[in-house]
Amino acid sequence: MSDTMLKRVDLIFGEYSNIKYKVLADTLARTNEEILKDLLDSGLRGRGGAGFPTAMKWKFTAEAPGKEKFVVCNADEGEPGTFKDKEILTRVPRKVFSGMAICGKVIGAKKGYLYLRGEYRFLLPELLKELDIYHDYAKELGHDFTIEIRLGSGAYICGEESALFESMEGFRGEPRNKPPYPTTSGFMSKPTVINNVETFVNVMMIMRFGPDQYKKLGTTDSRGSKVFSVSGDTPIPGIYELELGMPLDRFVDEFGDGDTKAVQVGGASGFCVPRKKFKDTVIGFEGVPTGGSMMLFNSSRSMYNVLHNYLEFFEEESCGQCTPCRVGCQQLRKGIEAVKKGDKKAGYLDQLMKLSESMKITAKCGLGQSVANSFSSIVNNFKEEMIY
Amino acid sequence: MSKKINLTIDGITISVEPGSTILEAARQLNIHIPTLCYHEDLCVAGNCRVCVVEQENVKTLPASCAMPVSEGMVIHTNSMKVRLARKHIVELLLSEHNADCTKCYKNGNCELQSLASQMLTGDHMFLDLVPEKKYSIDMFNTAIIKDDSRCIRCQRCVRTCEELQSVSALGVAYKGDKMKISTFFENPLFEVVCTNCGQCVNRCPTGALIERNYIDSVWDAIYDPTKHVVVQTAPAVRIALGEALGIPPGKIVTGKMVAALKRLGFSAVLDTDFTADLTIIEEGNELLTRLKKAIVDKDPNVSLPMATSCSPGWIKFIEHTFPEFLGNLSTCKSPQQMFGALAKTYYAQKRKLDPKDIVSVSIMPCTAKKFEANRPEMRSSGYKDVDYVLTTRELGIMIKQAGLEFEELPDEHFDSIMGSSTGAAVIFGTTGGVMEAALRTVYEVVTGREIPFEGLNITPVRGTENEVREASVKIEKTLPEWSFLEGVEVKCVVANGLANAKKVMQSVKDGTANYHFIEIMACPGGCLGGGGQPIPTNRDIRSKRKAAIYEEDMGMPIRKSHDNPEVQLIYKEFLEKPLGHKSHELLHTHYSPRKRY
Repeated sequence: MSDTMLKRVDLIFGEYSNIKYKVLADTLARTNEEILKDLLDSGLRGRGGAGFPTAMKWKFTAEAPGKEKFVVCNADEGEPGTFKDKEILTRVPRKVFSGMAICGKVIGAKKGYLYLRGEYRFLLPELLKELDIYHDYAKELGHDFTIEIRLGSGAYICGEESALFESMEGFRGEPRNKPPYPTTSGFMSKPTVINNVETFVNVMMIMRFGPDQYKKLGTTDSRGSKVFSVSGDTPIPGIYELELGMPLDRFVDEFGDGDTKAVQVGGASGFCVPRKKFKDTVIGFEGVPTGGSMMLFNSSRSMYNVLHNYLEFFEEESCGQCTPCRVGCQQLRKGIEAVKKGDKKAGYLDQLMKLSESMKITAKCGLGQSVANSFSSIVNNFKEEMIY
Repeated sequence: MSKKINLTIDGITISVEPGSTILEAARQLNIHIPTLCYHEDLCVAGNCRVCVVEQENVKTLPASCAMPVSEGMVIHTNSMKVRLARKHIVELLLSEHNADCTKCYKNGNCELQSLASQMLTGDHMFLDLVPEKKYSIDMFNTAIIKDDSRCIRCQRCVRTCEELQSVSALGVAYKGDKMKISTFFENPLFEVVCTNCGQCVNRCPTGALIERNYIDSVWDAIYDPTKHVVVQTAPAVRIALGEALGIPPGKIVTGKMVAALKRLGFSAVLDTDFTADLTIIEEGNELLTRLKKAIVDKDPNVSLPMATSCSPGWIKFIEHTFPEFLGNLSTCKSPQQMFGALAKTYYAQKRKLDPKDIVSVSIMPCTAKKFEANRPEMRSSGYKDVDYVLTTRELGIMIKQAGLEFEELPDEHFDSIMGSSTGAAVIFGTTGGVMEAALRTVYEVVTGREIPFEGLNITPVRGTENEVREASVKIEKTLPEWSFLEGVEVKCVVANGLANAKKVMQSVKDGTANYHFIEIMACPGGCLGGGGQPIPTNRDIRSKRKAAIYEEDMGMPIRKSHDNPEVQLIYKEFLEKPLGHKSHELLHTHYSPRKRY
């Protein structure tokens, strides 16, 4: 795969520096203002999918009133088709811990948590080993910031930041009303920075190479590289670190099997891009954003089945607290079944499209709001497959 | 003072306090935004999403109940976008809801139904999900029925049970399409820590949580010529019944209520107030006896502080949660059960009736009273002391069924015997009332003088919502036989709502509090905010009911329990003396520990 048009990057998985925790040590010697300025210059946006500017999130939390603050690393990687955080935590956990420790310094937190997806329990022994090393070095460096690992229990919704806090606090994993946002009221209602695993590694890399070097990757709106989880109808599934802002057609050229009819960008909660739009689609915050999942489908796949599968997933993984999400998901799933069976006329799909739009604007959290992404993009682009 | 926030709602500008929600701001403008999960008494959930509004320059529609106002916000509460979204939400709720309204107890009194009718839902937009749901009904409880097929999962009940009552019998189970409101291990309500207080019933917007109604059984009894049906009415019913019949909150309707009950065909319309007064005599003497044992006899086994035992929700709560303190409860039965026991003994004798022919009905602001009446402890007359308990709401339904124009009824008086009342009995219906009534009597018994408070209004013990109220009364210049109480400061505490009861009992348990007498009422505000009271019940309505109760007290010719002539008579004719043999047999009881799970 060496002669590719897509730029491979080796930032996230690049080798550790020769001296253990050197970048952390260097960064801790800098002022918070310098660190924040570098982050701001780098243009780093959150890697969980929503793309909130990381520097702003940290700044707001640093400025929020309150003595006790927290850093939380969201490793509840639950989006269907995403498996890159597992890889990061397996190969470069030190970078994650360092990123969290830097965040701790900037916002004035003494405690960090890594919320690990329940199904990733097998990573725990190695992570704890590395964590011991981190704690030794933190002590040596005089950095009062400890990290604890908490395990999830398998609920997709707990990847939603406020549901994650509820879960960590021992309650049922249900999203909270926002505002207040985590920057002022997060874990234990204290100001909290919660970032994706990959975001913390990016921070670490920006500290190591400087924002100017980092900025050379990606586009104006989507700086840096991204770790993609490539799956589906591809001869080369796996984890790839690529530059952001790439056109989808070039991605398909490289990863497709020659018969790609659609790519689901961003998992079940993302968008389905049909072949005719590959050329005009950019993967990045200016185009179609993704938390990393890239699923390719070839012409042997029924897009009805794909959508049905996503809807079943949402139906089960909705926390069930808000009406649009709990009932809406059931109606969408049953609705496309009814159309397929002929119990409802094709026109019912329009009714369902309107419903999905309502879900998008009324659901309490990102889960319910994003069901419409896959629903409308699949139904709009593959209507005939929904009906016949 | 913090700076006010300016915003525009439907083209009207308004300045409100920071921290207000859009919903609150809209209400100030008399713009009615529909709500379902929102309830004034509870924390904001923001989960039904019916109250969404459009905010300019924001893509999503915020839930107005949960969204705080911000400077310069421009809100539209009735845009096309909002209207469609709300309709979708109500349609979604209906698709999951067993909307067989004519078979529902809450038909005509259902918040979902009225929203649906307002939105002209007509033909349902979406598929009916009910057939594939395996909804179940928990109808094994004597007080409360839980029908999951009517539930819209707003979680008002869950928040009520946890926040107001600290009971948490109801919680959320499962997720997604299977998410439901359930109990510990999905056990039926009668097997869990539920106290039957009915606060959830009072807040349920639909028919998912309702009282078990005994309306038809009572009609059967009334029309059974072989039965003599006596009815007793609790103090808090007379100040709230009007609400169930279209009268604004805060109106005293005692006379009309009595007239209505007579028109319904009850053989005798009597008053729980009579046994409330009796309770004061018994309980007051019990307190004095315990104090004497503690102070004079230095008995280490005496159970102080003594706690009131009128509230059946509280009784079940202490059985589950603080069983080690059951001995601290007054052994007095509640006024309802004292009445029941006397109706089939004393009353039967006086009226020359065979107790087996007496059907004893009570009208209560309470659902837990239904459970209480069915307790095995409550059969000391040899029969079931109270046969049927109806809530204020059920009485309202019976009055409507009978076609009575309630407001036009003339005021009538309770029958005798067991129908006379005092102001002290009336205030049993509000938090602090039992304490105040007891103090009016105890102080006078001990000193021979009226308690030195202006107009007998012992305001320091008058509880307020969400507050544990502590007060002490110093006893001075006692009569010779009570000299051991000279200079003693009787320390009292008054709490309403089980969350507050828990705080009080925890402080007793921890040894951080040093009380003599504890008054607990399970419901917020006391019985006037009971689970059987008209819906809605909220802070504003409770405060109006409370004012009405004190107004009724002030208007009574007799204000002290021991001055109730019928109470004096029953001791002379039947009970002989307080805490006497007959009293113990009929009016006192003991409760047993229950497990938490």
